[in-house]
Amino acid sequence: MKSVGQSIRKIDGMAIAMGKPVYTEDLAMANALVVKILRSPHAYAKITSIDISKAESLEGVECILTYKDVPNQRFTLAGQSYPEPSPYDRLILDQVVRYVGDEVAIIAAVDEKTALLAMKKIKVEYEVMEPVLDFEQAIGHSSVVHTEEDLSCNFDIGLQKDQNITSSCHEEVGDVEEEFKQCAVVVEDVYYPQAQAHTMMETYRSFTYLDHVGRLIVLSSTQVPFHIRRQLARALQISSTKIRVIKPRIGGGFGGKQTGAGDIFAAIVTLKTGKPAMIIYDRKETFSCTTSRHAMRISVKLGADQDGFIRALDMQVLSDTGAYGEHAPTVLGCVGHYTLPLYNKTRAVRFDGKAVYTNKMPAGAFRGYGATQGTFALESTVNKLAEHLKMDPTELRLKNISKVGETFLTGHGVRLGSSSLDRCIAKGKELIGWEEKFPSRDVGNNKVRAVGMAITMQGSGIATIGTASAEIRLNDDGNVTLLTGATDMGTGCDTILSQMAAEILEIPMEKIIVNAGDTDTSPYDPGSYASSTTYVAGAAVVKAAEELKGKILEQGAAFLEVTLQDVEFNGSGVRTLSGDQEISLAKLAELTILGRGNLQLVGYVTQGCEVSPPPYVAGFAEVEVDRETGKVDLIDYVAVIDCGTVINPNLARIQAEGGIAQGIGMALYEQVRYDEIGKMATNSFMQYKIPTRKDVGKVRIEFEESFEPTGPFGAKSIGEVVANTPPPAISHAIYNAVGVREHHLPITPEKVFLGMKKLI
Amino acid sequence: MQIKLTINDKAVKWDVANDELLADTLRSHGLLSVKKACDTSCCGLCTIWIDGKSMLSCSILSVRVHGKKITTIEGLPQEAEEFARILSAEGAEQCGFCSPGFIMSVLAMKNELVNPTEEEIIHYLTGNLCRCTGYMGQLRAIKTYLGVA
Repeated sequence: MKSVGQSIRKIDGMAIAMGKPVYTEDLAMANALVVKILRSPHAYAKITSIDISKAESLEGVECILTYKDVPNQRFTLAGQSYPEPSPYDRLILDQVVRYVGDEVAIIAAVDEKTALLAMKKIKVEYEVMEPVLDFEQAIGHSSVVHTEEDLSCNFDIGLQKDQNITSSCHEEVGDVEEEFKQCAVVVEDVYYPQAQAHTMMETYRSFTYLDHVGRLIVLSSTQVPFHIRRQLARALQISSTKIRVIKPRIGGGFGGKQTGAGDIFAAIVTLKTGKPAMIIYDRKETFSCTTSRHAMRISVKLGADQDGFIRALDMQVLSDTGAYGEHAPTVLGCVGHYTLPLYNKTRAVRFDGKAVYTNKMPAGAFRGYGATQGTFALESTVNKLAEHLKMDPTELRLKNISKVGETFLTGHGVRLGSSSLDRCIAKGKELIGWEEKFPSRDVGNNKVRAVGMAITMQGSGIATIGTASAEIRLNDDGNVTLLTGATDMGTGCDTILSQMAAEILEIPMEKIIVNAGDTDTSPYDPGSYASSTTYVAGAAVVKAAEELKGKILEQGAAFLEVTLQDVEFNGSGVRTLSGDQEISLAKLAELTILGRGNLQLVGYVTQGCEVSPPPYVAGFAEVEVDRETGKVDLIDYVAVIDCGTVINPNLARIQAEGGIAQGIGMALYEQVRYDEIGKMATNSFMQYKIPTRKDVGKVRIEFEESFEPTGPFGAKSIGEVVANTPPPAISHAIYNAVGVREHHLPITPEKVFLGMKKLI
Repeated sequence: MQIKLTINDKAVKWDVANDELLADTLRSHGLLSVKKACDTSCCGLCTIWIDGKSMLSCSILSVRVHGKKITTIEGLPQEAEEFARILSAEGAEQCGFCSPGFIMSVLAMKNELVNPTEEEIIHYLTGNLCRCTGYMGQLRAIKTYLGVA
């Protein structure tokens, strides 16, 4: 293949690397009003009075809005396909504030200084209520986070708001209790994967204005332009035909930008004033007033027979969704969806979960989307099981993993279409030197080195819900335009989708114009999340390109006055099989559009998502632990990946390395923490440590390709699955080094030290 | 107040507020490669050169650069592009938001360090954060650029 499988550089790579003005703030008008938000200092309170008169009278203040000035229509900021599973539980501004940082007033002024001065002049009085801060105490707490009557759901998600339960789910196949009785070995444990911050380098921002026909134009750093349009229409109570959302280049997302942030505030200012407006969240707001990964408590119980076959699996989850329920039911469900299918020798499986409201910053979508938390819990327990069975943990996996053509208990009969997970495990063992290094060895000087491992899966798109449309036009000059709603957030999907189109059409990449992420011009696409882009949007692009190619052949045959069977397309033109007649693509396009063809050729396909084939990773960590201090150094991390066919090896490798680094952060360094009154204590990079280049050690990526029959060119996803293995693999390695099984992430030197001293 | 300075080899006179940060001044004059991302002087995205030394433009008042020579990536089209091509060939720009500041640090490192070891490279660039790439691809690009294995 000429394009697919090649490490082609990103089509926007040089522009963004060289700092060209292509991001939201760069493109905003210089005269845009500056929008700032006055935020609640209390975790839970009701506004009893709010006086904006002094602020409003300041010169340069254009508008100040409070809860009295916004539509009374609840909505969700979760960027999900309609009908969203997330509850409609928020207003643009509410009289009740539910976490420290919740919005109290919107201020728009001619410049930042004036806006900040006006903010200080707003006088608010609150009736302070007792907050729910500990998510394990939320159910049945004397305080109820959402008491409002008009909170609604699109369908039953198991919400019991008087109990602070946002959503619940239960899945059970077989008799788990009975199976545990039959098992030779049963192990169980409780795990606490923490809240993690996305910390994309470009913070949340949005620029809005009214165009020449009075429509609201929104330039947003978002992963989900179409969802933002629908969200704004509902929240602002205007028709979505009045809104256009455009996604320029964006500086990272990691799921954070699958949830709306400032768009709504800039938009309402523009609607109220008629003027362009821009909101830029500073780093503190990005840390403390958007979303994080859901903190969870996950209990796992595993039972195996004497031969090491896992026969019973029980998982119970409590998820902290914070003050609003963005992504609460779906992240909760994915804890099970993306872990239970790993092992299919089970005879009984039970999954039970609840997400609860608390008075903290909402949780939301974050790369891995529940699978990350579930993988930490399940894989840590599998490692414990291996020890109890006196089996090598890699052998235990090889014995129990699902194989191609097989089903799994909770899988409704869907057969696994592709997997090279067994090869991933074998390759990973070889690369890390498992046979020589497992479990540990003393390297002197009070230090011990050890290895650990874990496996994981994710989905590719959302089965039965995912969709993507793609359009490819043959232009009058013989070039083509690819229109897609897929949302490149640095991942490179504009490039890989072009690679796929180029491969099918047998044309060079330079002949393809990509136009993406604009709700006015792009065909519908939910956006880039749920590991959808390569698999779902890619399949749409492939089919649209094939359709266009068919039409080019038909048109070529008509112009050459021969039958369709007598012609072939070679990328530069259509020619007869005998080779005596040929019409170039440029000429064909010209005649088609400008001449006697009278029809611009277009391939247009809407691609559904029948199944969600899992990509896999086998992750191996080698750590060095200091027995004296508990300090952990990550020496080596090997991830061997099955993402089906690799469309662009370099871009896939970078995705993988970046995901592993985020997982390393989660395993060892990162944690969103709150103080005793519910104020976030980690609201800057000074308190919230993401890995620097000194902290990631050596990360090595290998691919073990499989071929997914339902995927474009055999491809599956890669974006999320890569984030999941570091917490359990590193935790395993630390246990093998010093015997400390730490179940509260991150595993800091302090915890390892106290664990060694048996003080916790 | 008015300051006189050299921006990318061009002498300019700019009116700046007393409390204005250099990063904001540069952006307001169209040098949009300069990004702000942390508010606490620790991410490296706003890295520029003052008299040839790499500095964080978010942590310097504009009035302090009166008489100085400022260089942004816009002023180094050839040198920066040479490295950007290698970076992009690795796919290691990813979202690109941290790239201009990172490239300014890499070019400064090349001027400052002779045949740096991997450890020295990592140490020099620790202040340039990146959340996309996990840093390995950037390191590969630097090694190719410097011609070290």
